[in-house]
Amino acid sequence: MANMAQAVRMALHYAEEHLGVTDIFGEDVGAPLGGVFTVTQGLKTAWNSPLDERGIIGTAIGIAMAGGRPVAEIQFADYIYNTIDLLKIAGNTCWASHGDWNLPMVVKTPVGSGIRGSIYHSHSFDATATHIPGWKIVIPSNPLDAYGLMISACQELNPVMYLEPKALLRVKGEERIPGEPEDDRQLSKMIDAPLGDRSQWKAQWPQLEAYAVPIGKGKVVREGSQVTVVSYGRTLPLCKKAADELASQGVDAEVIDLRTLWPYDWELIKASIEKTGRVLYVNEDTEVTNFGEHLVRRTVEELFYKLLAPPRLLAGKFVPGIGLADTLEMASVPQQGDITAAIHALAGEQP
Amino acid sequence: MHDLMVKARVLEERLIQMYKQGHGYFWIGGPGEEAFNVPLGLLMKKGQGPAHDYLHAHYRQSATVLALGEEPIGALRQMKNTATDPYSGGRNFAGHFSRREWNIAPVSSPIEVQYAMAPGTALVQKRHGGDGISIVTGGDAGTAEGDFASCLVWSSRPGNELPLLIIVTNNKWGISTPAETQHGETRVSDRGKAFNIRSKTIDGNDPITAYQELKEAMEYVRKERKPFLMEAMVSRLYGHSSASGANFVGNEVDCLAQFEARLEKHGLLTRQEMDDLRNRYTEEMAAMARQVRDEPLPAPETIWNHIYAERK
Ligand SMILES: Cc1ncc(C[n+]2csc(CCOP(=O)(O)OP(=O)(O)O)c2C)c(N)n1
Ligand SMILES: [Mg+2]
Repeated sequence: MANMAQAVRMALHYAEEHLGVTDIFGEDVGAPLGGVFTVTQGLKTAWNSPLDERGIIGTAIGIAMAGGRPVAEIQFADYIYNTIDLLKIAGNTCWASHGDWNLPMVVKTPVGSGIRGSIYHSHSFDATATHIPGWKIVIPSNPLDAYGLMISACQELNPVMYLEPKALLRVKGEERIPGEPEDDRQLSKMIDAPLGDRSQWKAQWPQLEAYAVPIGKGKVVREGSQVTVVSYGRTLPLCKKAADELASQGVDAEVIDLRTLWPYDWELIKASIEKTGRVLYVNEDTEVTNFGEHLVRRTVEELFYKLLAPPRLLAGKFVPGIGLADTLEMASVPQQGDITAAIHALAGEQP
Repeated sequence: MHDLMVKARVLEERLIQMYKQGHGYFWIGGPGEEAFNVPLGLLMKKGQGPAHDYLHAHYRQSATVLALGEEPIGALRQMKNTATDPYSGGRNFAGHFSRREWNIAPVSSPIEVQYAMAPGTALVQKRHGGDGISIVTGGDAGTAEGDFASCLVWSSRPGNELPLLIIVTNNKWGISTPAETQHGETRVSDRGKAFNIRSKTIDGNDPITAYQELKEAMEYVRKERKPFLMEAMVSRLYGHSSASGANFVGNEVDCLAQFEARLEKHGLLTRQEMDDLRNRYTEEMAAMARQVRDEPLPAPETIWNHIYAERK
């Protein structure tokens, strides 16, 4: 099966062939590198930009204004912070112009920990992105969703922030992308740029099919009756694994992959909490004014009388960065053990 | 040209008066820049889409918008933040124009951001072919922002030069801060040289000079599909904004008075004719202001409208 980097690449190929994507650009996005995570290799509309994040977001806005359909990349989410006011403008342009202008643009950026990226290659962006109205914000946790969410993003009339959990970019999927060849090695030969001289190389794209994951729809990845776990991105597979393991200890957890952070699938969360009476929100961004805090607040306000235990949030520590040493990263953002323990504790929590 | 300059001046003076009478919360605009901004509007290729010119404007651009043929009442409506405000539905400050039909990108308050966006429309135009160009305008103080440098870098990439007219209207002020206390460069336009961008500083207080220089620069950008940096020296006749009182300052060149003296001297218009014109516009806009005063504010529930565009 394709990994997430290949999945996004195939979706972008589909989008430039069929959905009118005109420009896939950013630092080192074009040939020969095709992106520092190889996501944009072999794409016909990919090009290298100056090393200037504000220029990248500004130019994406301009391209969208003039009728193009850009997919702009910020190489690491750690470097998106100096573009915040441009992201705000992209988000408010339709509203501020009273519907006169809309900006069909996608900004994609790798987020989070998991590759020992130290202080400036480990940042999350979900807490900050969800403070910027006017965007749709998606974050896949597996290659098939990554493919389907990118297809949807490239069909949007509005700005879409596409967060790529970098720890998952090399992880292979469990479900086949429609059109993807049977054999992984064959896929790699077709669409991964070779080492060495690439000047003559061209990707051989498989016959891909349209497969869209609708924006705003989460997914129950494991059904359960005792406790609801809501997560997304890097921590989602960890939650699933924890739930599978805890089943043998008599804990029956339901796991929801939110997939879209805005507008998010409250109906799905609500229905699950009404069933279980317990909810744990898990993500790795810093925990103060974390997106999960919003979900906790809404849970308390709307579902208080259905709850059997306080809603909980497991998130990253509110420290200035993620240190390089293994011990520091482990202590800073939720790991497998933390998640398993948190689900276990919540499932057994009594007044 | 003279007619439009008068019209624009009267419009700004009406907006200031509305502010002073309590019919608006804030005024900012372009009195003192008419000699440059009118020819700019007259020379633009008006229309929608990449075959036409895009304008990424500063908040002092009323004269350009009028020269493009816009009705002045829209500006009054925005001043009064009525539901009828055609640019923002009562959401934004005066002078924050937007009109997609004419490629006028929405003016937003953060200084210099339009310089980061303009290369995007210009890039689409370069690819599109034809002679449509993008035009970006802003003040002198704002050129200290990184977005100005972004604009120079992105519009001059070797082999990918963009049809972008980069304009700086230099009034030598950033609110209260004199330019000479912050800017070591001799001229703002000198910064274009480092990027091999054709650059020039011109007298923006003379409409004839401005027209000719703009025409020449635009022809270059249209034909060569390359950027041009133009610095226009202009005046700020009512201070920065209502926050600094919006009172007439006596010590700066008034481009309109200067032009009128010239027209009179050459016998092209009499003082009487010019006064009549001004009085006519003053009366017209006073009547519009009275009309606008009675128009309703946007309904509270409209805050939820247009957060997203929807497929029709
Ligand atoms: C990014 C940003 N910083 C500060 C301000 C506040 N501000 C509004 S206008 C202005 C001065 C702008 O001077 P200049 O660029 O010369 O334009 P002018 O007003 O003189 O035409 C400042 C500091 C702002 N709007 N945006
Ligand atoms: Mg100034």
